[in-house]
Amino acid sequence: MMKNSLVVAPSPHIHDAASVPHLMRDVVIALMPAFAVSVYRFGWGALYVAAVSVASCMLFEYLIQRFLLHRPSSLNDWSAVVTGLLLAFNVPSNLPPAILVFGALTAIGVGKMTFGGLGNNPFNPALVGRVVLLISFPVQMTTWPVPQGFSTGIFDATTGATALGILKESTGTVQEAMAQMPSYLDMLTGRMGGSMGETAAAALLLGFVYLLVRRVITWHIPVTIMATVAVFTGIFWMADSTQYASPLFHLLSGGLILGAVFMATDYVTSPMTHAGMVVYGIGIGLITVLIRMYGSYPEGMSFAILIMNAMVPLINLYIRPRRFGEEVKRG
Amino acid sequence: MTMVKTFPRGGVHPPACKITAESPIRTAPLPPEVIIPLSQHIGAPATPIVKAGDKVLAGQCIAEAGGFVSAPVHSSVSGTVVKVDTFPDVSGYRRPAVQIKVEDDVWVDTVDRTPDLVCASDLTPEEIIASVRSAGVVGMGGATFPLHVKLAVPPGKKAELLLVNAAECEPYLTCDHRVMLEHAAEVAAGVALLVRALQVERAVIGIESNKPDAIAAMSAAVAGRPGISVEPLRVKYPQGGEKQLIKAITGREVPPGGLPVDVGVVPCNVGTALAVYEAVLKHKPLVERIVTVTGPALAEPANWKVRIGTPFSWLVNLSGGMPEDTGKIISGGPMMGKAAPSLEVPVTKGTSGILLLPASQSLRRPASPCIRCGRCVTVCPMGLEPYLLSKLSALSRLDEAEQHHIADCIECGSCSYTCPSARPLLDYIRLGKAVVMKKLRLQGRK
Amino acid sequence: MNTILFTVATLTFTGLCAALILYFTSRRFFVEEDSRIDGVQEMLPGANCGGCGAAGCRAFAEQLVGADSMDGLRCPVGGDEVMKNIAAYLGREVQAGVPQVAVVRCNGTCENRPARQHYDGADRCAIAHALFVGAGGCAYGCLGCGDCVAACQFGALSMDAETGLPVVDASRCTACGACVKACPRGIVELRKKFPGNRQIYVSCVSHDKGAVARKICAAACIGCGKCQKTCTFEAITLENNVAWIDSTKCRLCRKCAEACPTHSIVERNFPARRPAPEAKPAAAATVGTPNQA
Repeated sequence: MMKNSLVVAPSPHIHDAASVPHLMRDVVIALMPAFAVSVYRFGWGALYVAAVSVASCMLFEYLIQRFLLHRPSSLNDWSAVVTGLLLAFNVPSNLPPAILVFGALTAIGVGKMTFGGLGNNPFNPALVGRVVLLISFPVQMTTWPVPQGFSTGIFDATTGATALGILKESTGTVQEAMAQMPSYLDMLTGRMGGSMGETAAAALLLGFVYLLVRRVITWHIPVTIMATVAVFTGIFWMADSTQYASPLFHLLSGGLILGAVFMATDYVTSPMTHAGMVVYGIGIGLITVLIRMYGSYPEGMSFAILIMNAMVPLINLYIRPRRFGEEVKRG
Repeated sequence: MTMVKTFPRGGVHPPACKITAESPIRTAPLPPEVIIPLSQHIGAPATPIVKAGDKVLAGQCIAEAGGFVSAPVHSSVSGTVVKVDTFPDVSGYRRPAVQIKVEDDVWVDTVDRTPDLVCASDLTPEEIIASVRSAGVVGMGGATFPLHVKLAVPPGKKAELLLVNAAECEPYLTCDHRVMLEHAAEVAAGVALLVRALQVERAVIGIESNKPDAIAAMSAAVAGRPGISVEPLRVKYPQGGEKQLIKAITGREVPPGGLPVDVGVVPCNVGTALAVYEAVLKHKPLVERIVTVTGPALAEPANWKVRIGTPFSWLVNLSGGMPEDTGKIISGGPMMGKAAPSLEVPVTKGTSGILLLPASQSLRRPASPCIRCGRCVTVCPMGLEPYLLSKLSALSRLDEAEQHHIADCIECGSCSYTCPSARPLLDYIRLGKAVVMKKLRLQGRK
Repeated sequence: MNTILFTVATLTFTGLCAALILYFTSRRFFVEEDSRIDGVQEMLPGANCGGCGAAGCRAFAEQLVGADSMDGLRCPVGGDEVMKNIAAYLGREVQAGVPQVAVVRCNGTCENRPARQHYDGADRCAIAHALFVGAGGCAYGCLGCGDCVAACQFGALSMDAETGLPVVDASRCTACGACVKACPRGIVELRKKFPGNRQIYVSCVSHDKGAVARKICAAACIGCGKCQKTCTFEAITLENNVAWIDSTKCRLCRKCAEACPTHSIVERNFPARRPAPEAKPAAAATVGTPNQA
């Protein structure tokens, strides 16, 4: 811009303060309570997984932008940090580093950059990374450390099954399986086995409140997912409570809250309109419950989100905002 | 606590920045020279009836309406016509205008310039419309549509309600606010005249609830006038958008491509109501208006009562001079106003404000890729998909843009305002809309 | 054994059914099409630039095959050779067209017309044009956002960073006219292509009166009419305060360029002038500068 020359531009001449880096930073902040609980529960493992994942996601994004796409670095939009954190939240805290780096490469390289970078990816990059790891390294990805804080090393932690795993493996009634399980209080505060960041429901919900207050996301997607899961599992539970677990158990177990609040609400891969978001949320809820009950995997959140990600263009095509004045109402 | 009305869909909340809300209207001294554009309204430009060297009086007609959808133009000062030529307007393009050298301040003797309130007599609707037409009154909210055309309700349609727009949802602007505080009785009289001209039963004055003093003043002023009421509105941009205001107050939606009268409503701005009062009862043509001169760095921001044709530079100097670091001059508010290339631009009938933004607030943030967050869709008050329209328009896929109702856009700027990637959504939509509207007009089904 | 037989039988049956369905649908929905359309399309350049007026090469091929004569149908990209081939293929006559080249008629460089404002909207001339006169203050001149460059499919246009104006690479220009349509101010013109890409034209389209135009831009045509008087071939017309040289009448004598007081008449790709005894050297130097482009 030349010195002292006036600027001429089309209206509007002012702009909202919110920007992409702001929004992404807010997501990172919202993840912090859950991260703190994870560090408390899983000790060094949580720190190591988060550090490796975030660092490698940022590195891969930088390298791909620089050497393959020849574009200016997009690290300052913070999206790689979010992807890295979310990937870390979705893996066990004792995952071998090589596998984790491979996951980061898949998330950024395949999940995001192949499609042209931020804004163009049809699938949630962190989930692409997570699901590829889950299918490629099923053993390592389902060897869940038991929360022991800083008392053990990263890779020699005692391992156990997740709540949903116990439920899936059990042959008796739900009540028998429940006996081996963490209490609801443990589930809220993250005292159970599971992926690094998915266990502490209360901390995740705190992040949800923060995102709502900061208007980063709206309630539509998380609430519809949780409501659908609650209603759907509730029907089964009321029909036969010896065969099916309670809705509260389903809400608090696995990656449901993490997925509903942080993964399904990813801007790029969720619908544009609020009505579309509701449809999308219901879809995720239904698929998750179906996989949990009838699928061969104990947990179905990741798959449900990815499947509904694929439906988003269709949802955007059919669920459009209502045009002002379309039906003339006489008031 | 009563529920304040609003439009249900979309909208944004830009900071109000009403710096001049407490500043009383001041009468600006006359500039040495005025440039009065001949096209200050939508429609055909006025035809000049003066030539260089002619002596004119303030209030004298200097150009006649160039057609039905047009308005006459009056001299705002007394003096000598320097020339009738083209002069740059707010876009910098040269348009026909009359340049007048100011000498004294002599008015046409029919004009009543006393502050005394004249009460409505037994004028017929035709007489009121004729006065409005010959006084060159146009919509003063910014659209500058000739008022007599609006008052002539097309056959087959019926007006039921006069809606006076006093929302003033644009940040910074306070001219309507001050008019309501200082000229409430005159505005009420103007509204009564419009009610009579339209032969409607009811008139509602919609005011955003952040102006409680204006709501009180207007409520008191209309107390003795049956059928006229004041309605507080929620503070939300674009509350003052014609279609949004009608929706907020009546619950009716103007159909796409339709006019407010299709739902029985005739909207007009509060400044217009004042101009109607002056035109009809004081015989004063539209030669003056209130202009808010404001800006975060301006020394003395103020609301000025100015003659049409006064250069922006004159007003800015009266308000303390142009701040050193001024980066942008905006004619109107920051959401829908036009950036002017210089201060050598005359005030017209539609100039509601002059806003000087410092250089630090003048440049847009660099645009980054769309992250498909859907915020533009959420805030669009017209139920459009700005991200899609903008893309289609940029790619010149205008048939598809038309199918997605690009012609419905009211150019309020909420989408561009809210986009976290700072994409120039409205720039492209406006481009595509202009082409589509032209095509629709050619097809003769506007 | 039975299982295998059953599998083979059902698969064969399914395959047959599918084949029958495909066969009948393709018969049912078969579209009769002149086979020559494909032939003509093969001969066209395939750039789908729309320079012929049709939506693309296929549409143009359909037009060519459907038309009775070749009049008014011409592929500017392929030029005479392609049109001759197509005419021969379709058994018709064709007249040779005049080869053309795009010319940018604005010389509002940063020096001639310094920027007064900074345009901060979306980078499209059409948007800037609708908004205001442009940073240079000229209501007719180049806005410099490069809509013409974006419209060119042949890489013949590029923005000169120094002058802020688009430059035509005559060797690549196919005269498809996409840039002419893209320019919101009608600055780009298709002119007759002379040997050696020589070109002489009025590099200004301003309708402003002389004094106003001159104040805005040092290289503006002020409509003085001196060039018109010098021209011996009646190639120059003066309308709306701006001169225009008809390239079909111009004989490239360059007298008009010498006469122009603002040097708004530009000559390109001519050999250097012989130092005329009485010609002002300064003027010659200024006129000569655009040669490098």
